[in-house]
Amino acid sequence: MAEVGTEFRDIAPAEVEDVELYHAKSWITKYVFSQDAKVIAIQYSLTAIGIGLVALVLSWIMRLQLGFPDSFSFIDPEDYYQFITMHGMIMVIYLLTALFLGGFGNYLIPLMVGARDMVFPFVNMVSYWVYLTAVLVLLASFFVPGGPTGAGWTLYPPQAILSGTPGSGAGIVLMLVSLALFIVGFTMGGLNYVTTVLQARTRGMTLMRMPLTVWGIFVATILALLAFPALLVGAVMMTLDSVLGTSFFMPSIVEQGELLNYGGGSPILFQHLFWFFGHPEVYIVALPAFGIVSDLLSVHARRHIFGYRMMVWAIVIIGALSFVVWAHHMYVSGMNPYFGFFFATTTLIIAVPTALKVYNWTLTLWRANIQFTLPMLFALAFLVTFVNGGITGLFLGNVVVDVPLSDTMFVVAHFHMVMGVAPLLVIFGAIYHWYPLMTGRMLNQTMGHIHFWVTFVGAYAIFLPIHYLGFLGVPRRYFEMGETTFIPDSAQSLNAFVTVMALIVVFAQIIFLYNMVWTLFKGKMAGRNPWKATTLEWQTADVPPGHGNFGQDLPVVYRWAYDYGVPGAAEDFVPQNQPPEQVTAAAAE
Amino acid sequence: MVIAIVLVLVVVGTVVFHFVSPWWWTPIASNWGYIDDTIVLTFWITGFVFVAVVLFMAYCAVRFRHREGNRSFYEPENAKLEWWLTGLTTLGVVGMLTPGLFVWNQYVTVPDGADRLEVMGKQWDWSFRLPGKDGKLGTTNVRLISDTNPFGINPKDPNGQDDVLIEGENLHIPLDRPVKVLLRSIDVLHDFYVPEFRAKMDMVPGMVTYFWFTPIRTGTFDILCFELCGVGHYIMRSQVVVDAPAAYDAWLSKQVTFKQSLVAAANSAKAGKKLVLRATPTDGTETEFARSASHR
Repeated sequence: MAEVGTEFRDIAPAEVEDVELYHAKSWITKYVFSQDAKVIAIQYSLTAIGIGLVALVLSWIMRLQLGFPDSFSFIDPEDYYQFITMHGMIMVIYLLTALFLGGFGNYLIPLMVGARDMVFPFVNMVSYWVYLTAVLVLLASFFVPGGPTGAGWTLYPPQAILSGTPGSGAGIVLMLVSLALFIVGFTMGGLNYVTTVLQARTRGMTLMRMPLTVWGIFVATILALLAFPALLVGAVMMTLDSVLGTSFFMPSIVEQGELLNYGGGSPILFQHLFWFFGHPEVYIVALPAFGIVSDLLSVHARRHIFGYRMMVWAIVIIGALSFVVWAHHMYVSGMNPYFGFFFATTTLIIAVPTALKVYNWTLTLWRANIQFTLPMLFALAFLVTFVNGGITGLFLGNVVVDVPLSDTMFVVAHFHMVMGVAPLLVIFGAIYHWYPLMTGRMLNQTMGHIHFWVTFVGAYAIFLPIHYLGFLGVPRRYFEMGETTFIPDSAQSLNAFVTVMALIVVFAQIIFLYNMVWTLFKGKMAGRNPWKATTLEWQTADVPPGHGNFGQDLPVVYRWAYDYGVPGAAEDFVPQNQPPEQVTAAAAE
Repeated sequence: MVIAIVLVLVVVGTVVFHFVSPWWWTPIASNWGYIDDTIVLTFWITGFVFVAVVLFMAYCAVRFRHREGNRSFYEPENAKLEWWLTGLTTLGVVGMLTPGLFVWNQYVTVPDGADRLEVMGKQWDWSFRLPGKDGKLGTTNVRLISDTNPFGINPKDPNGQDDVLIEGENLHIPLDRPVKVLLRSIDVLHDFYVPEFRAKMDMVPGMVTYFWFTPIRTGTFDILCFELCGVGHYIMRSQVVVDAPAAYDAWLSKQVTFKQSLVAAANSAKAGKKLVLRATPTDGTETEFARSASHR
């Protein structure tokens, strides 16, 4: 049906006056306490990448211990458990969520929907500083007595607040306070993203003409607003258990021979609260990646995304279903085993719209005109790693298959591949794609290609073998394996190989970071819309877009975001705001 | 072109690695071979999809690469194709879920007449309790736990008197007999797992959880903790020995019961010695004699 989004109606005149933006005058209000979403986006991104690098260093130390267990005496079990906890929590929440929503959301949503800024710019500004405070509180936990919590990123009670776990004093409390602050900040930001999409789209920009990047971030934000409260209450209750001695999650306990003063609480209650948040959380990370990769594929294959309407519906349905699958993280938790039937069914159902997205991404390549730019390469790498990671989810989701695999390295491999490698490849592709818009320069291609190949092949080589350690029965969260009757010595060689690959992949990231800085000063100028994209962020008057985004007049939108290869058009792309007369007039020449 | 070659290599490499890798599950020692079968079925279905999708991508990367003057084919959607793909995927999903749920139903349905075994976990070791001759486990309460009653068994419950206690040594279980494993923790979450048995469940303080299995071959197998339980999680180990019936009976006859342990504790207190629970003959008087004899 070729009429999708291409109907040329008369656009109604504007009924509401253009928003009067706040205009910053001083350096501080322009670049520090800025209310401009583009500046806030960069603040979020740099902070997220910064704390992400801390988590990356922690992962090297973890891999050194796992790869060469008897070699590094400076890593002891307490340290190890603290590192895996901080690595996990930072990566999922403080890097991925913050970067996709706070970073990409802030920069791209107003530009892509044709708005001048977010609808609540002051609250948007405050949201960043709350996020930064949350990061600082989290970092502070490294320096308190007992150190940061070593309870695992899932923070399960009772162990998280008992003395057998490192950081069970101040460490866990600071973690919980930091999470609460993060949730407050992201509620502020989230209200901005959702309201801007619903209320501030420019004329002609209907919901079904928005790029999938916006749809992905928009639905992810709705998920965040609805799911984070469950984590917040769990964090508050656990803080009370720890600090005031309440027993929300604490049954009667004899700890090291001593009867504690707790009783009547349920550890499984925490797990339900945590995963009611935790499962939507992984879609909060994944949905923006889905949306962005659709746009990367489309622009660089010079073809519309295949099946846009189904892609939108798939995002919405995945988002809705993500709220009814949470207990697939709890199949062996001791909850009523009959829940397993329900959650296995919903979990495997969610595979269907997800698979549809995979098919539509690949069908976008069919009869396309593919340019193998760096964003395209990263998008293709996403497809491979996401299919791999999504498929291993089908093993774990099928409740009885999860029984031998739960808490093994198979789970670790699954979530790294599907949530670490795949979305991270999209982040890289997105940075290569939008860097020319944000800076006017093109990232260096040679460094980019080295970065791409080492990261893609290297990350795949790291995580594929780890699945097989899981099949062997190697458990997760073990400081060292020690002697067993069932694990062959060759498994330790495999661990060493994975560690070496991890260190190699890390070096490629250093090249990438260097590229981002070097290009700012020495990079090739990119000019306007170097990728010849149709979406509004590339149609601004200035590059990078100035304050207010679109200059004197807001754009008017006439079509969907994917008019590539339109028969009869002058060029192989038609920008969303190009009036219909100009498209055909050019062709007539 | 390089990307297309790499995509093909990734597919080929993954498939080859799967079949050639020596890192595969350890030979099964329980009746849960159905779980292994479901995993193999899942590999075939999902493996097919992985290979098909990535090879299709590689084909497109070659066939539809950018060429000067070319334009992509404009076809925003193909509802029929998309519904067909959705339908086939649903079939594949049903194909995996159906056997999976059948086996899960077996997993949660303990066979009648199964033996009972209690596993008690604490930071960071394993203890075990059998129901003894009366076939019933005594009730327990965490508040009854003491040096002389480490399992917290209710001393007033007659069922508990003949419970067999195994502490600080390996568990033995009889071959070919289904056993319902009752799981109890007195402090934090743990998980009792023997990889050769393919069955596990978390142990949650404040409640008793379960799973069941039937050991199908003799041998000695590692027990590991499979739920993070603090800094000693990775050294919370023990072993379970699956015995043929005669060997099992011989082992069982040497284990101490709750009543014997109470008697021994009382005698130790009288003799001023601290109690150490150790395998002793089942006849209580011999125990008394053995203890007072060793004291001379």
